[in-house]
Amino acid sequence: MRSVSIIGVGCTKFGERWDSSLRDMVAEAGFSAIEDSNVSGEEISALYVGNMSAGRFIEQEHIGSLIADYAGLARLHVPSTRVEAACASGGLALRQAVLAVSSGYHDIVIAAGVEKMTDVSGGTAADALASAADREWECFFGATFPALYAMIARLHMRKYGTTREQLSMVAVKNHHHGCLNPIAQYQMEITHEKVMKSPLVADPLHVFDCSPLTDGAAAVVLAPTEMAKKYCDTPVKILGSGQASDTLALHDRRDITTLDATVCAARVAFGQARVEPGQINVAEVHDCFTIAEILAIEDLGFVEKGQGGKAVEEGMTSLNGKLPINTSGGLKACGHPVGATGIKQAYEITLQLRGEAKKRQIDDAEIGLTHNVGGSGGTALVHILSR
Amino acid sequence: MASGIISYGVYIPRFRIRVDEIARVWGDGEDISEGLRVYEKSVPDMDEDAVTIAVEASRSAIHRAGIDPKRIGAVYAGSESHPYAVKPTGTIIGEAICTSHNFTAADLEFACKAGTAAIQACLGLVSSNLIDLGLAVGTDVSQGAPGDMLEYTAAAGGAAYVIGSSDLAAEIEAFQSFTTDTPDFWRREGMPYPEHGGRFTGEPAYFKHVTSAALGLLRRLDRVPEDYDYAVFHQPNGKFPVRVARKLGFSKEQIAPGMVVPMIGNTYSGSCLLGLAATLDVAKPGDRIFVTSFGSGAGSDAFSIKVKDRIEEIRDGAPSVRDYISKAQYLDYAMYAKHKGKLRL
Repeated sequence: MRSVSIIGVGCTKFGERWDSSLRDMVAEAGFSAIEDSNVSGEEISALYVGNMSAGRFIEQEHIGSLIADYAGLARLHVPSTRVEAACASGGLALRQAVLAVSSGYHDIVIAAGVEKMTDVSGGTAADALASAADREWECFFGATFPALYAMIARLHMRKYGTTREQLSMVAVKNHHHGCLNPIAQYQMEITHEKVMKSPLVADPLHVFDCSPLTDGAAAVVLAPTEMAKKYCDTPVKILGSGQASDTLALHDRRDITTLDATVCAARVAFGQARVEPGQINVAEVHDCFTIAEILAIEDLGFVEKGQGGKAVEEGMTSLNGKLPINTSGGLKACGHPVGATGIKQAYEITLQLRGEAKKRQIDDAEIGLTHNVGGSGGTALVHILSR
Repeated sequence: MASGIISYGVYIPRFRIRVDEIARVWGDGEDISEGLRVYEKSVPDMDEDAVTIAVEASRSAIHRAGIDPKRIGAVYAGSESHPYAVKPTGTIIGEAICTSHNFTAADLEFACKAGTAAIQACLGLVSSNLIDLGLAVGTDVSQGAPGDMLEYTAAAGGAAYVIGSSDLAAEIEAFQSFTTDTPDFWRREGMPYPEHGGRFTGEPAYFKHVTSAALGLLRRLDRVPEDYDYAVFHQPNGKFPVRVARKLGFSKEQIAPGMVVPMIGNTYSGSCLLGLAATLDVAKPGDRIFVTSFGSGAGSDAFSIKVKDRIEEIRDGAPSVRDYISKAQYLDYAMYAKHKGKLRL
């Protein structure tokens, strides 16, 4: 098993990219990552792309071939693979690329993620996203993702005393971070009052508790650590990669206020990295809904179970807190192009570890973490990155 | 030779439904009207359609300036709700207002901006001296599917403009159009209600086209928003025209007289032209009015208009826009559904 490093990163502006198609965006992110890494096209030996539902969103499948083609690598016949794990597709693409390099099978590998979500109506998009849940046992009975996470939120509030204000504080904080991130979809401050005034989606979740529909793409270039310095002065090592699954349907879980897939993936990643949660300086976690960020910081071991809301309230996860969470703005404010999110998280942590995050740069970031969830927790991926 | 508006006339059906009443039926809450900045919309009577509205507005235009309808050499009717798929609206208007039979007519459709396109067509014929007067009409009984966001704003109304080159009430100094193939809103043949691209109707459609046409015209004339006393922008809701005005540098005061959408909703082909009429109702000789329409699909026509002395002589010859707005009779959703033919027996 070889050590693997990120030697280049790229990310498009996130948002309603009506002027750009899926292929435009993935090419834009890919080329900027390649440029950042100083590799040449001939050196790239494999591509992995995370994409949840191009078939539903733009009626295009065969995304592996498409991105190889638009990266100018089809004529070199570079193997290109699309992977899918709903909203964790990006994180899964990163892991596949890590495994490919780590195993010695490939040297220079690109992991990309892309989703083009705004070409269809909101209803069609919601239905495509609902396919990440159990269609037969959840969706057919009327459940949507906001509804599932609303149930999680309700129980978390009852069991642990998490408050409505604490949910808002996640959104308020992430919007503040988004204001400092030029690629973020939303660059505006919000307040608890604004969250509460936004339409109710599924009690207790309002519109401003939910991540938006977003177009965007991100890419990272991986190399064996031993070769990384040849390309880049500031490679970022991938110390650990964990993946875990759980029941597809929320109601089959042991406890819906804990995502066991996150707990297991984190255990693997921390074990591999030989790092404790307390050593993490910055993390990008999967805040598809405000409650999801509270669950994440608990399940990743940053705080005790039930203490997530309090930690947010006390400012632990703010930019100047003990452990800044979602400095990019997270899924909530940076946007959530589902297949791209896992790669964008690695992009953000790489910038933080390289000291290139500008206005949102945190001091002395040594070790960072990314956490990407598929559906309501049927899949989770955790990666630990270090300077 | 200067050409422009000889006279104008409007018509808005007297029935209204409150946006809150529609929201009550669909359970959308009370913040819909505030979000759209539209509080009421006009509803046609059961026997009113785009033709009857056009005829009322045209008669009013003829009457306002005492125009001999026999002088009219062209009738262009812009609408997206012509009652016939094949059979012109323009011919009915011509007969109803007693034009001679020596006039050309055609119906136009360009979503919400067919009325301003009709003005442009008339201007061409008048300016080149091919006809004496032209009648340009924007009229609609617009459709919104039950429960669709469009239902909150899709309203009924129209305006008619007599275009000529003498006795001008307002000179049309110049116009500039901006047109692209942008599918933000459409209704296919045989379909009762239009479809739309949701948020796509905003930035890449309305805002891009309105600002492109408006800035193009300002640049061409080497003018700035402060050179105008009033401005009118297409009013699909109460938010878009305010936001686009601010973006272009026009003030709330400049657009205030022409903002009719909060009280009557979006009258589609009538919208911008009713806004212009409401502004002509209060403008003084010498005032300049900047007008920009928008039609989905998509395009915008921007006009620079200078009000002439003659406006004072004709203004009171026909009812004003505010006269029609103030005559309101409210319907509940059931009666509204009956008026709009939403109940099929």
